[in-house]
Amino acid sequence: MKPLLLSLLLLSAPAHAADALDAREARLATQLRCVVCQNQTVAESNAPLAADMRREIRVQLEDGRSDREVVDFFEARYGAFVHYSPPVKPSTWLLWGAPFVLLVAGLWLLLNALRKRSSSQDSLSEEERQRARRLLEEDDVP
Amino acid sequence: MRFILPLLAFLALAAVLALGLQRDPRALPSALLDRPAPDIRLPLLDAPQQNFDMAQMRGRVWMLNVWASWCGPCREELPALKVLAGRDGVPLAGLNYKDDASQARQLLQRVGNPYLASAVDAAGRIGMDYGVQGVPETFVIDGEGRIRYRHKGPITAEIWREQLMPVVQSLRSVK
Repeated sequence: MKPLLLSLLLLSAPAHAADALDAREARLATQLRCVVCQNQTVAESNAPLAADMRREIRVQLEDGRSDREVVDFFEARYGAFVHYSPPVKPSTWLLWGAPFVLLVAGLWLLLNALRKRSSSQDSLSEEERQRARRLLEEDDVP
Repeated sequence: MRFILPLLAFLALAAVLALGLQRDPRALPSALLDRPAPDIRLPLLDAPQQNFDMAQMRGRVWMLNVWASWCGPCREELPALKVLAGRDGVPLAGLNYKDDASQARQLLQRVGNPYLASAVDAAGRIGMDYGVQGVPETFVIDGEGRIRYRHKGPITAEIWREQLMPVVQSLRSVK
């Protein structure tokens, strides 16, 4: 029984490694932009260059490079543009921050508008108040 | 009065979007500008047993033209390249990108060969080192082997005169 288990383990070890490489390759391919078909990732694109990039990712991972090194490899050749989601750095702060700035500004405008509306609704004169009270009391009398 | 602010906001947004529309999203600058040109250790198209030798280009301002026989604009620019490079004395090398070598040789025989030498990049791996996105693409490389300019797309006499030669001449005068 033991030798059988051992041989099974030995057989499955390379398969596991290949699965892990496949997963890393797939994840990197979704993080990189196809530079010739700009709104697609390398994973989605059918362009020949994207196929070359997928093959290169595979080759480099098999050579034991880290994910970071693979991304750096492509950035050195195609520029920061190959990142499908742009990195957070001073020149992209506006890009990343704008949605939150707009959200806060929108909330602020909304609150202001609501406050204005509720204060204007509560502007019954003393005369109107008395009349309203009278009408309500009249209703109470059977 | 209450419409002034939304109107201004709208005009500002329209202006920003109009500016954005003017820009060409495909005009990406080369990531390799002012960096050393990657080594091209590849066989020659004319003599497959020999390798392309970049060291020979040292000390000269030269151009590397990435081309393929399957690419229409490349076929069209070949005659112009031959005339222009010959006239202005610019050493021109070719990088034959993901092509069939025999078809590439036939094309050069038919329309004329503008290159001192062409390196055969059958897998496109050296093209990747140069950040090539599509053929044709042309690089201007200085005497110290650094990439100083990249032109994407076919070369016409006008592009040669107005974009490439000014770079070549300024690099020549530095020397």
